[in-house]
Parts: sequence; C-alpha cells; structure tokens
Amino acid sequence: MAETQNHSAALTIKNLSVFFGKNHAVKNVSLNIAARAVTAIVGPSGCGKSTFLRAINRMHELNPDARMTGEIKLFGDDIYSRNVQPVVVRRRVGMVFQKSNPFPTMSIAENVTVGLRLNGITNRKLLAERTEQSLQMAALWDEVKDRLRAPAVSLSGGQQQRLCIARALAVQPEVLLMDEPASALDPLATSKIEDLIVDLKKDYTIVIVTHNMQQAARASDFTAFFYLGELVEFDTTTKIFTNPAQKRTEDYVTGRFG
Amino acid sequence: METHFETGLDNLKQQLLTMAGHAETAVNQALQALAQRDYDLALRVKKSDSIIDQFEITIDELAIQLLTKAPLATNLRFVTVAMKISQNLERIGDEASKIAKRARDLSQEPPVKLNLDLPRMAALALEMLKASLDAFVNHDSAAARAVIPCDKEVDALNKKIHAALAQHMVANPDTIGRCLHWMVVSKSLERIADHATNIAEEIVYLCEAEDIRHVHAPVPPPK
Repeated sequence: MAETQNHSAALTIKNLSVFFGKNHAVKNVSLNIAARAVTAIVGPSGCGKSTFLRAINRMHELNPDARMTGEIKLFGDDIYSRNVQPVVVRRRVGMVFQKSNPFPTMSIAENVTVGLRLNGITNRKLLAERTEQSLQMAALWDEVKDRLRAPAVSLSGGQQQRLCIARALAVQPEVLLMDEPASALDPLATSKIEDLIVDLKKDYTIVIVTHNMQQAARASDFTAFFYLGELVEFDTTTKIFTNPAQKRTEDYVTGRFG
Repeated sequence: METHFETGLDNLKQQLLTMAGHAETAVNQALQALAQRDYDLALRVKKSDSIIDQFEITIDELAIQLLTKAPLATNLRFVTVAMKISQNLERIGDEASKIAKRARDLSQEPPVKLNLDLPRMAALALEMLKASLDAFVNHDSAAARAVIPCDKEVDALNKKIHAALAQHMVANPDTIGRCLHWMVVSKSLERIADHATNIAEEIVYLCEAEDIRHVHAPVPPPK
C-alpha cells in the first residue's frame, strides 16, 4: 500500500467491484485516495481505470447493466448508502471528461454557472462572483474576462477544457475526477492543464486517469496501476516510475506491454 | 522483436563497456610503464586518454537521446547511471594519464630506492575497478557492495605511502623531485579507487534503486 499516511484520506475504497452485465470490469479494488493530492490512475485500455473513476461519483450507474459491490466513503460518508442520491454525490465529486463538452448554445459565463442555476441559485451577484472565482481557479479568467457573453464554442480546445474544469469547480466539489483531460490537446494546452492540476491540489482532491506516463509523472503525487480490472500496484508516483515493486508494473511503464 | 528504445539501450551499454575496457587498459598500462620504466608505453597511455574523453561525449549524447524518449523504472535508472559511470571512467582515464606522465618523467631519472606499499595499493585499486565493472556487466549488486569497503584500505595505504615519502624526502633532499612524482602516483591510485567506489554505488542504485551514497557522511551543522 502506498505511503499515504501523511495525507488524510478523502476517499476510502474497500473491495470495490464493478460489473457491466457479466463483465467484471473492476475487481475487488481497495485503496485510499489522499486528500489535497493528485492520484493518477494508469493502465492499458480496457483495464477498468475509467470505470473505477466513474464509480467514484456513481456515473457508471447511467449504464442500466451496471452494478457494484464494495464500499466507497467520501470523507467518511458512504456514497452508496440508500439515502444518498447520486446527484448529491456528483455535486461533491465533480468530473471532467476526455473531450471538452461545453454546452454549445450557452455563453462562457452561462456554462460556468449552469450547475449553480440547476441547483436553484439565481442571485446575480453570487453567480457573477462564482463565475470569476471559478474561471480564475481554472486559469482562464484573464483570457475570457472581456468576452464572458461570447459562445463557449468560440474558445480553443484547450480553453474549452479549462472552461469545463471551471464549470466543475463552480459547484465547489470536494473531489475532482479527470478522465484523460488532456489527451485531445496540443503540448502547450496540455502543459496549462497540468499546471492547473498541480495548482488545484491546494484546495481539491484530484484523481486523474491518463494514458500518458509522463503526464502522471509530472502532475501526480500517487499512482495506481490497473491491469485487467485489478489494482496491481499503488504507491507514490516517484516509486512507481523509478522502482515499481511488481513486475507487471515495471513491464508496463517500460513499454514492454500495453 | 527488439524496440528502437531497446536497441538504443543496448548501444549505450556496449559503448559504456568499451569505454570501461579502455579505462582499465589505461590504468594497467600506466602502472606497467611505471614498474618497467617504459618511456614509450607511458607516452602511448597519455595519448590514448583522448579516446576515453571521446567516449564520454558519445555516451552523453546517446543517453540524452534516450532521455528524450522519457524512459521509466529500470530504463530510467540505467540511462542516468550510464552517464555517471562514464563520467567516473573519464576521470579514471585522467588519473591513468597522470600516472603515465609521472612514469615518463621517472623513467628519465635514476630510480629512487624506496620500500613502498605501492604494488599492493595498485593491485587493490585495479581489483576494485575490475570488480565494479564486472558487477555492472553481471548486474550484480552484492559484488558491487563488496567493492566499497576496500576504499578505506586504499586510503590508509595512500596515507602510509605519503608519510614514508615525506620522511624519505627529509632524509634525502636530492630525491625530492622524484619522491613528489611518487606522491602523485599514490594520490592518483587513491582517486581511481574512489571512482571505482562511485561506480559500485551507482550499480547498487541500478540494481536495487537504493541510493547508498554518503550514507555515513556526517550532516554539516546549519550556518
């Protein structure tokens, strides 16, 4: 188990299994996600890393064949408890996807505040404050402050992805999940997203799924290696990338398979 | 099928092994020139140092090319260790060159009658170098660790030889120039043993990912 003892755990995951029909996608995974740190999930395609991520905010439940066993606690609260609504979990655990997905008919500002407005917040001053604050945190404010009413789709790909991060931050989640957030971006836009991830960990717990080993090495504190639905190894990022304990991890990070 | 990256790693290893062969030969021949008062051999060793220098540059270029491909785990350790080993080998070449220079000068002067432990020191330093390079070839961490304690023995011999030479110079002022040459030789052997120790420490890191450098060094007080 990784040396997460110096960090308090934001998420405590015990014996998590996720099934899609008969497919056992995530197999009996247990690990603690450290609070205010970045945890990277790596592994070859189909290893269950995105499914694992989606189970953390109950997003996998959108698939009617999905079911899970085990336990996930968010700061001590069981997110799968019967009296907890998925929508409440998703407010506490935000998500940013591989492909930026701003609402195309909305302006930049409307995209940022859509979550708040859906939650019934109409106070214009509060919405304006939260817009600026979220865009500042997503390192986008300076680039868009003079055109907040412009359509979100007028932004570049990298800017749209940071807008999606701002949108996720606007509802003030405790955990931010990112599923390959920079895989469709050029190196400069990728670098901005990685800098942003490192800045955001001051206030947020971040879990990032990535295929890019160097991105995991640059941006994360802890790394979990998944293979065929199993958690093979979980440790500090430095340990995983300089001296992994498991041969399968070594073979994967040195490019011998996957 | 071997990947382009693996081919690059193999090439780096081959270059490093060839460089190590040159460095070991240079030390051997410098000591041979010294023992046999062989002026020509001493000159040849001095000239061959530029070959070892060129290997250092080639190895750095190869390692930097491989680092641009962002190696990880064993591969990352191998590339960084290769750069450090080549730097130590280059310095071993420099020390062999210094010994050769003193051998050249000493061969032109009458021998000094000295009873020094230099042959033992030379044998020990050479054995350390050979053992550390064998440990690299065999990926043998235990053999690399076994090299490290020998360094203290070489240091002690160097001190003893310096003391004996100082005493001899006081008693025989006409031999000061030649004794100073022998002092430099002794110091060079001591440095060769240091570099062999450094190489051994790097091999432990390569095999075990454990950094054992300076583990016994006292921590300096804050200023």
